[in-house]
Amino acid sequence: MVGSSSRPAAGGLVDRWAGCPADLEARSTALRRIRVCDLSGQLAGAGATRILAAFGAQVIRVEDPATRGGWDIVRGAPPYRDERRGIEFGGGFNNHNTEKLGITLNLRTERGRDLLTRLIAISDVVTENFAGGVFARLGFPYERLQEIRPDIVYVSHSGFGATGPYRDFRTWGPIVQAVSGLTFTAGLEGQPPAGWGFSYMDHMGAYAMAIATFAALWHRDQTGEGQWVDVAGVEVGLSLTGPDILDHHLNGRTPRAPGSVDSNRGGAPAMAPHGIYPALGEDRWIALACRDDLDWRRLADEIGQPWAVGAELATLAARLADQDALDARLAAWTAGLDGQELADRLVAAGIPASPVRTPAERIDGAAATPDWDLWPTVTHPDIGPMRVEGLPVHLSETDWSLRRGAPRLGEHNRFVLGDLLGVDEAEQAELTAEGAV
Amino acid sequence: MTGPLHGLRVLEIAGEFSAYPGKVLADLGANVVVVEPPGGSATRGWGPFAGDLPAPEASLHWRHYNTSKRSVLLDLGDGTGRERFRVLLADCDVLLEGLPARDTGLLTLDPATFSDEYPSLVWVSVTPFGRRGSPPDVPATDLTLMAGGGPVHNCGYDDHTLPPVRGGGGQSAHVAGSFAVTAALTALLHRAVSGRGQHVDVSVDAALNVSSELATTQYLTDGGIVERQTGRHAMVGGSAPTQVQAADGHHVVLGFPPRAAEDYASIVEWVDLVGLRDEFPDVVLLELGAERGGVAVIELATDPLAQEIWNASRDAMVLLAQRLPAYDFFLGCQRRGIVAGFVASPEEAVADPHLVARGFATEVTDPYTGRVETHPGAPYRFNHTAWCISRPAPRIGEHTESFLKTGWNED
Repeated sequence: MVGSSSRPAAGGLVDRWAGCPADLEARSTALRRIRVCDLSGQLAGAGATRILAAFGAQVIRVEDPATRGGWDIVRGAPPYRDERRGIEFGGGFNNHNTEKLGITLNLRTERGRDLLTRLIAISDVVTENFAGGVFARLGFPYERLQEIRPDIVYVSHSGFGATGPYRDFRTWGPIVQAVSGLTFTAGLEGQPPAGWGFSYMDHMGAYAMAIATFAALWHRDQTGEGQWVDVAGVEVGLSLTGPDILDHHLNGRTPRAPGSVDSNRGGAPAMAPHGIYPALGEDRWIALACRDDLDWRRLADEIGQPWAVGAELATLAARLADQDALDARLAAWTAGLDGQELADRLVAAGIPASPVRTPAERIDGAAATPDWDLWPTVTHPDIGPMRVEGLPVHLSETDWSLRRGAPRLGEHNRFVLGDLLGVDEAEQAELTAEGAV
Repeated sequence: MTGPLHGLRVLEIAGEFSAYPGKVLADLGANVVVVEPPGGSATRGWGPFAGDLPAPEASLHWRHYNTSKRSVLLDLGDGTGRERFRVLLADCDVLLEGLPARDTGLLTLDPATFSDEYPSLVWVSVTPFGRRGSPPDVPATDLTLMAGGGPVHNCGYDDHTLPPVRGGGGQSAHVAGSFAVTAALTALLHRAVSGRGQHVDVSVDAALNVSSELATTQYLTDGGIVERQTGRHAMVGGSAPTQVQAADGHHVVLGFPPRAAEDYASIVEWVDLVGLRDEFPDVVLLELGAERGGVAVIELATDPLAQEIWNASRDAMVLLAQRLPAYDFFLGCQRRGIVAGFVASPEEAVADPHLVARGFATEVTDPYTGRVETHPGAPYRFNHTAWCISRPAPRIGEHTESFLKTGWNED
């Protein structure tokens, strides 16, 4: 609704960074009016609030001083840039928490809980990704958050959600993607599931959590009403398998058996050839796909051998009829060719192709997306400068910015407790001595 | 109850990479109109199909990715169509498109000047390599994007004579589409302050590059290159298998091996319950683990007995997994506080008791055929403004007439 922009937005003129030290201030201007009290971590949570931080929201990570932030298994975990170890040296943690502020609060203590209450009162959003129900048992069910701040946006994210028989079950990315169907649909025929080789659902769960946060904030702008959004990783995962679910239920198919999936083949839309074929060199591969008969004619011309240029394989139906034989012939041809050179040649001929690129190739090789600035360098007080993941989007007026590394444990206690919550120096010292911060 | 984005107006040009973000916005309550060319969107030709009969109204790809939207046929190649498009655009919050570079002229919008004409419009482009500085129209599909952008390199088997694997389900559109939605909503939240829209450029390739987890952070941190392994994280140097085929032929996923004393005690109890003590003599090591108060990871390097206990617990988990149906193993672990999962197909997963108890699956009836479509339900549960499929996917141009007459008002 175009009229919405003329309506005064709730909190629209607030600047959460007003008066803060210049070295802390976010550069992106997009979300300066948003403050996030962030109890989330690992990747499934930190990956969501990272997006808000990149766009200039003031994200304040709350960590536990008693376990030295140990709830977040990524803190201090490998990979490391050099020989130094310890909770400040984890490369993944630095990547996932760039541009955030960090404080410590011991929520087992009354004074720790009181400080969290005061922080929530001046925040727009509360985020966490404990197992279902844990934050409520710490004394902060949604009803309590609402008492503290009536229009609060509260987003919780757990593997199985806040209700249901598995609520208390524990998960991590590989479990979520296995239970939600995504591991099953990644594999080769006759083989066990290959899965994803990484916590794909930590990424997708984090993105869903960010979408939920933004949508709830948009609604708050329109109506003044906050709310609780419960995100269950397994449900996010299943929501990425829609056509499979429709196909099986609507068409009355029986569930597939393990080993029946070949996800390198073309499914929707149907394509052949469509696969990942050997290239010259050890463990080198090229992906290629013929979207239609024209793509195939172009590929056949590149191959130039009688089996390809003849009429037998001119139609999709013919190519689908014996894909094993087609793939074997194609593999025999690609195996002797350099993957990058062949991909360049096929792309120039109009055929979709790409080598399976290693991290070194896609990050420091010729960029598929030139001039994107996808790998910004941030500065961490202990690690020093390090490249991290940028965002795959650019906004023409209020783009993202990442320059500060992840917060050290409790690095911003003084700013948040002192400047934002008005706790004086004497009381801060007392809180530290008591172990409340 | 209406969704959180009630009132938001979105014009989507139908396409592979605009469909998913359009659905996300529509199911969240936005008023989304998908613009199809004469003859309908090419994605209506994508299977699977209802009744296995290819037809534009039977494409389950279309049925899924276009829920809660209305469809308007407009020929953007013709003057009348373009004029109508511009009228609709004047009244809309978000334009969502993934047109190939050669077709962007159809929009008659210039990224440098469109905001003079449509000052509050948020224009979102989702294209394989982004609009900024990329070579025009490099041919690409989900497969080639996943291969070039990172995920495929992570994924496959311990046996590296087998090719690496692309995860199924058209995931590149989901990854990029998720960023498209977050960026569009960011631009809208900023517009509430500034009153002005802007252009949002999304690259599918870049989105995959930053959604490949350890492969990327490992390389950025120490230059290491991870290697793919069956059913578990690609790593530098490799790790022990975690995927086990259960007694019923399905697979389970083991979590990190147990460490606490009570974990060892409960595995002993379980081994006895299943009657495996006689064929698993190492059960005594587990009993020892319980007696000594568990095993800390740091002890493994220095204490050979700790390592033996640790290994015995992994062996016990593998044996239990092999002797039990996958689902029973999963429940047995989780009820004992041990992290584990089972590998379900999507069609099995949606019928899982937990998801049934949460009322996850969402049935939508197509009024034209009477067929009941089972869709995945809410990926996020808003307690005031529920996620909802407000209408089944539209037929080709179903709302052309009403929309051109009444404009954005919902019918």
